Amino acid sequence: MRNPLISVENLAKRFPEPSGKGELTVFDDIWFTIEEGEFVCIIGHSGCGKSTILNALAGLDEASSGVIIIDGQAISGPSLDRAVIFQGHALMPWMSALENIRLAVTSRFPEWSKAQVQDQCEKYLRMVHLDGAHDKKPAQLSGGMKQRVGIARALAIEPQILLMDEPFSALDALTRGSLQDELMGICKSTKQTTFMITHDVDEALLLADKILLMTNGPNARVAEIVVNTLPENRSRDSLHKHEQYYPLRNHLIEFLVTRSRELASEAEGALDGRQTKVVRLDETKPETVTNSEPAPLRAVNE
Amino acid sequence: MKPTLPLTARAALLSFILFGATVLVWQLAIESSTGTAPNMDPELAALLGPQAKGQSAFPAPMAIFDELVRHVTDPFYDAGPNDKGIGIQLAYSIGRVALGFGAAALVAIPFGFVIGMSPLFYKALDPFFQLLKPISPLAWMPLALYTIKDSNSSAIFVIFICSLWPMLINTAFGVGAVRREYLNVAKTLELGPFRTAWKVILPAAAPTIVTGMRISIGIAWLVIVAAEMLVGGTGIGYFVWNEWNNLSITNVIAAILFIGFIGMVLDQLMGRVQAAVAYAD
Repeated sequence: MRNPLISVENLAKRFPEPSGKGELTVFDDIWFTIEEGEFVCIIGHSGCGKSTILNALAGLDEASSGVIIIDGQAISGPSLDRAVIFQGHALMPWMSALENIRLAVTSRFPEWSKAQVQDQCEKYLRMVHLDGAHDKKPAQLSGGMKQRVGIARALAIEPQILLMDEPFSALDALTRGSLQDELMGICKSTKQTTFMITHDVDEALLLADKILLMTNGPNARVAEIVVNTLPENRSRDSLHKHEQYYPLRNHLIEFLVTRSRELASEAEGALDGRQTKVVRLDETKPETVTNSEPAPLRAVNE
Repeated sequence: MKPTLPLTARAALLSFILFGATVLVWQLAIESSTGTAPNMDPELAALLGPQAKGQSAFPAPMAIFDELVRHVTDPFYDAGPNDKGIGIQLAYSIGRVALGFGAAALVAIPFGFVIGMSPLFYKALDPFFQLLKPISPLAWMPLALYTIKDSNSSAIFVIFICSLWPMLINTAFGVGAVRREYLNVAKTLELGPFRTAWKVILPAAAPTIVTGMRISIGIAWLVIVAAEMLVGGTGIGYFVWNEWNNLSITNVIAAILFIGFIGMVLDQLMGRVQAAVAYAD
């Protein structure tokens, strides 16, 4: 069996209680894998630790226990192989759009000539349709344009993995829609491996190949993995016409509204992170996957 | 009547009217103070000049204007230790401020950077700053004179001390307050400590640092006048004190106006720098 590109194994995050007594477990027993070229979304309520998982994948935050293995290596810190698109655009306000991207490109390809760097920056600004905004400072750009620059900056370093923390949550619905379309086009055409946090069920159904559902925190778990059975060539306009759309959507909404809470209050051990249920709504029986036994060399560092 | 002139023009007009009214009241006050001459010894009367006739020694606006014109037309004459042109005196003062302020910037900005980066240093050194900051810089003067044994260097040291704190505290604060997300971007781009400092932290903290520099240069220009009154010899502060000893109120007032003008220019220069490093969030 081929190893997945990313394997998250037994990840947990605990904080000391403010009172000083005991620990607060944000999430525990998180296991999932992401294949190369796969687009994975994670959905859950605030406080379940989605952002912490993403930051751990980015190398910006350390989990209390567990490992993240990428390409056969346990990660230990940030890397240019993993680009992050932040919730706020996180552009440097004193740099123009082009300079923001150039900072990333020169870090990724230090051996490149000035002309090569310039070409790369312009190529990605064109890709997000910002040809005319090279010299504009972030303050002169609209919210959607800022996030486009953020996307261009992340993609211009040609990362192995793209990590996105609710990238469109601060945008209005129209802008969000057009950015989703563009992102989908780019990710599909480049087979970009992507992990994304979202609150938006439709966004997840449009973009994701599989959707991780998290129970409410504290003590959050991945309750199930929903396989997106909508056709590959789906688009925002025709999404709702597909017969699988409403069953999937209802399943996700129902999870967010009731099951995420119910599952969280169930007795511990009701969910086994190693045996996360995989849900395919186009089949009658849900299957379960067993995450591969960690090999002795990959001992979980607890 | 609706105002038809733009705001700037109306403000300029009002400034001009206020200035004219002040000068007029001043002139009238001087003219009206012609008292009767008391009966006194002619030699004493000669020494006292206009005061012997019951008039004020306070000069009229025109006398000050004439004095200003004289200073501006011949600013660099040198007729001995006690009679130098105002340009020379101001140059001495500006030179001392530049040296003291420059040295303070060279110390405060790198040191403030380190303190701002380290929460431990920040907390550990804060009590010292809080204690040292409110000390009048002139209180350091005897200590400086005793250890450096040179009045000119002591004046520069006093400027150094008074310029140091605002720059140090602002740099440390600005560096410490750089937004987490910029640092996260730097981390994900694997920028390394020096490129992070140069490309991210310095530009992010620059507005706060330059604000500290602007406060510092303002304080330095306030303090240099007092410091030069103490150390004597040269400089605009010495000039003011010397003209007081000469009982030349006209020159004292002229010097006050020059001090204000140079202070304004220094502040405007730092304002330009501030505008250059500012960014809209």
